[in-house]
Amino acid sequence: MRHLAWQSVLALVLCLAGAAMLPLADAVSALPFTVGQTAAVELLLLASVFVSVSGINPLGGAIFLFLAVHIAAFTLVGGIAGNEGGARLSFFLLLAAAWLLAWRLNVLISGLKAGSRGARNFQRLIVPTLFGVWILILWEGITRGAGVPFVLLPPPTSIAVRFANSLPILGADLVQTVFKAVVAGYVIGCGAGFIVAILADRVPFLRKGMLPIGNVVSALPIIGIAPIMVMWFGFDWPSKAAVVVVMTFFPMLVNTVAGLAASGHMERDLMRTYASNYWQTLFKLRLPAAAPFIFNALKINSTLALIGAIVAEFFGTPIVGMGFRISTEVGRMNIDMVWAEIAVAAIAGSIFYGVVALVERAVTFWHPSVRGG
Amino acid sequence: MNVSAAAASANDVGRGAATMSSGQTVVSARGLSLVFDTNDGPVNALADIDLDVGKGEFVSFIGPSGCGKTTFLRVIADLEKPTAGTISVNGMTPQQAREKRAYGYVFQAAGLFPWRTIERNVTLPLEIMGYSRAERAERLHRTLELVNLTGFEKKFPWQLSGGMQQRASIARALAFDADLLLMDEPFGALDEIVRDHLNSQLLELWARTTKTICFVTHSIPEAVYLSTKIVVMSPRPGRVTDVIQSTLPKERPLDIRETPEFLEIAHRVRDGLRAGHSYED
Amino acid sequence: MDSFRDKIVPVSVIVAAILVVWYVAAIFMNAPYQRELNARAHVTPDLGAFIGQTWAQRKPTLPAPHQIAENFFKNTFLVKITSRRSLVYNSWVTLSSTMAGFASGTLLGILIAVGIVHVPVLDRSLMPWIIASQTIPILAIAPMVVVVFAAIGITGLIPKALISTYLSFFPVAVGMVKGLRSPDILHLDLMHTYNASKVQAFWKLRVPASMPFLFTSMKVAVAASLVGAIVAELPTGAVAGIGAKLLAGSYYSQTIDMWSALVAGSVVAVLLVATVGVVGRFVELRMGARP
Repeated sequence: MRHLAWQSVLALVLCLAGAAMLPLADAVSALPFTVGQTAAVELLLLASVFVSVSGINPLGGAIFLFLAVHIAAFTLVGGIAGNEGGARLSFFLLLAAAWLLAWRLNVLISGLKAGSRGARNFQRLIVPTLFGVWILILWEGITRGAGVPFVLLPPPTSIAVRFANSLPILGADLVQTVFKAVVAGYVIGCGAGFIVAILADRVPFLRKGMLPIGNVVSALPIIGIAPIMVMWFGFDWPSKAAVVVVMTFFPMLVNTVAGLAASGHMERDLMRTYASNYWQTLFKLRLPAAAPFIFNALKINSTLALIGAIVAEFFGTPIVGMGFRISTEVGRMNIDMVWAEIAVAAIAGSIFYGVVALVERAVTFWHPSVRGG
Repeated sequence: MNVSAAAASANDVGRGAATMSSGQTVVSARGLSLVFDTNDGPVNALADIDLDVGKGEFVSFIGPSGCGKTTFLRVIADLEKPTAGTISVNGMTPQQAREKRAYGYVFQAAGLFPWRTIERNVTLPLEIMGYSRAERAERLHRTLELVNLTGFEKKFPWQLSGGMQQRASIARALAFDADLLLMDEPFGALDEIVRDHLNSQLLELWARTTKTICFVTHSIPEAVYLSTKIVVMSPRPGRVTDVIQSTLPKERPLDIRETPEFLEIAHRVRDGLRAGHSYED
Repeated sequence: MDSFRDKIVPVSVIVAAILVVWYVAAIFMNAPYQRELNARAHVTPDLGAFIGQTWAQRKPTLPAPHQIAENFFKNTFLVKITSRRSLVYNSWVTLSSTMAGFASGTLLGILIAVGIVHVPVLDRSLMPWIIASQTIPILAIAPMVVVVFAAIGITGLIPKALISTYLSFFPVAVGMVKGLRSPDILHLDLMHTYNASKVQAFWKLRVPASMPFLFTSMKVAVAASLVGAIVAELPTGAVAGIGAKLLAGSYYSQTIDMWSALVAGSVVAVLLVATVGVVGRFVELRMGARP
């Protein structure tokens, strides 16, 4: 592929336009960009444009592009710190050029033929990672460069600083919300849903009646019961756990019932020919066949449980907990703390989901969706 | 441009058997090979195939699964790219031929769009190729008559039996009047009774038009009954082991399958298949 | 009739059972407070009268179903629609931002899905993030969005709709990516043999094939949209909306009001999901699905 990529062409135009409109920034307080830094950024970007269209040695080109673009970007973003709001148009043009080149880099990496399995995995990982990193770089560059008010959108670095400085508080909130409310509610809710599903499976009448109700309830804004639960169970974590129980119960019920119906007629007939009794059939055939459905519910519920616990805390808590922290810090306009708390929630959510997914892989290794990778 | 060409050839319908072996080559393969890269290493799907298909011929490709008969058809259709050798379709590369809409392809499954009626399924290629509304209606009428599906225009695929669905998919391939029909085990999923019926209908259709047909099958009686030429293939690597010219007359009632002549050809095909297998052991 | 025996009877029986359990629970949950009241008033009613009292408190711990029904009926049909108390008015406030958010979220989701299916780099870089973001409790940002927008002078429908957009866009994007990729290889090969252009393959094959996926994900999205709108009404002390009714109810311990607001939210949810379902069914039938 030796055609000119539009990203590279546009990046070249932006580079040149940026060069024509120097300096990069007005000095607000601290050191603005030195002439050397400015020249280095321009040169790195121009070199990247050249490498990205030359097509020499794809792998080497990609590595050069990676280094050059990111050094340029970090110089830009680093230099603007302390000069918030001082960036001039050329700063944004160069940042945009760097971004386009990073995009081009991602295209190049996607196009590389990975030889080994490890290289392929690395390739699969690096592309979205670069994408995520660039969202942060642009976020940082734009908020600092344009001097976006702190209360609107704090730059990621100050969120990170706030995160690092508030570890004890964030940790306490995590324990209160996740390890007390979410875990208790999740276990009870999923357990109850599972048991009722088995019960419903034994009694067809119950199943016929429960399933439509469960399906309807799954679509309702159950989260609204949070204030009622706070009234019933008090401000501490049990009320949040109660919300989580109700929220996770129905998805588990509906999915397990569907899963228990999932085993094939042939397999069930086979069990009949063995004169296998209800429980034998349940444990040897129907529960394993239902496992993908049950894990689906467990995964849906992992997110629902966190949402339930956090939102329930908006209605009243002791002075600890993720939802409490978010709602009070929002009130005090400490938006960086809110973002730090959201980061904790995101990490906790991903880990929770990841753990369930790992258990699923171990248990349902035979299922096509797992085998297929 | 190719619309008018297709329309011109539509007027040829009914010229009959005279053109059967006019000597013109429709498909010509020389040293054709195709290697698939799979996780378990390379697989020789086709190895060094030399083959000519003349205009108006009905050629069957027969062989056990994995012998590359479907792959060969897909190479003609530009659905796979050969890794070595040359192939021409109507004197062009397969890609050019595809871009000229030179052939109709019938898959193993009917593959009708479930959200379109039979009518709109058959006119799908015509829509894509930019035929006018009037032309589409006229061709729809003609092709549905050809496959005996008149009256089912407004039905959805699921309202038809498997055999009727397959007939609709043949109509879809006939609708734009390509001279070449590529059929990949079109009746493989149907029961024997329906298959017999469709076989004789297909022969009739072939006799009424001047199509060249490449037909993949794994049924010996089907191959012998339908073809003017039978290509016997064998697997690992996929190659041609025998090419048999049929001596059967063009008029073929179903009970021709009990004649000694028929059995003789079937025997030769079976021998060819066996030879291919012993090679493997 | 099969649906009568297999559906209506069991569902009614179970609903009836739930109501019975509810009434019994109401007796026990409201009893302590009622006893206190009676002790203060120095009355000792017999058991029947006592049970009646527990079902008729003004601020019960658990209101009896008929109390909720009465309140719901009164605030829906008897109060003027323009009144603050009217559930129709409050539901409308929530519904309008739900709909606005749902519409823009669906549109955005479809656009992103089209991009992901057609641009390999987008697929590789964006798709993992969209999937990952389904595992995080995005709803947590609701209060921040509302407050930040209020800080720059934007209040009312837009921030709420934005949260709904955000919540509904993920399921639609994921569903549509699946749907646009759902055509059989056979159908794609067929389009290839016709030498169909990418645009033709998109409109004639990918779009129709994706319809069932679109409507399934839209059902999830519309429910998420509503939850987003309700939660967005919580932090600001919004003046109107189902979320605001819930919050006000919890401030003043107006339990019956809270329950009837919940019922209103559920009615809205069922109507929304059912509407999407009906439209989806209609489209499917137009597209020749088995009735």
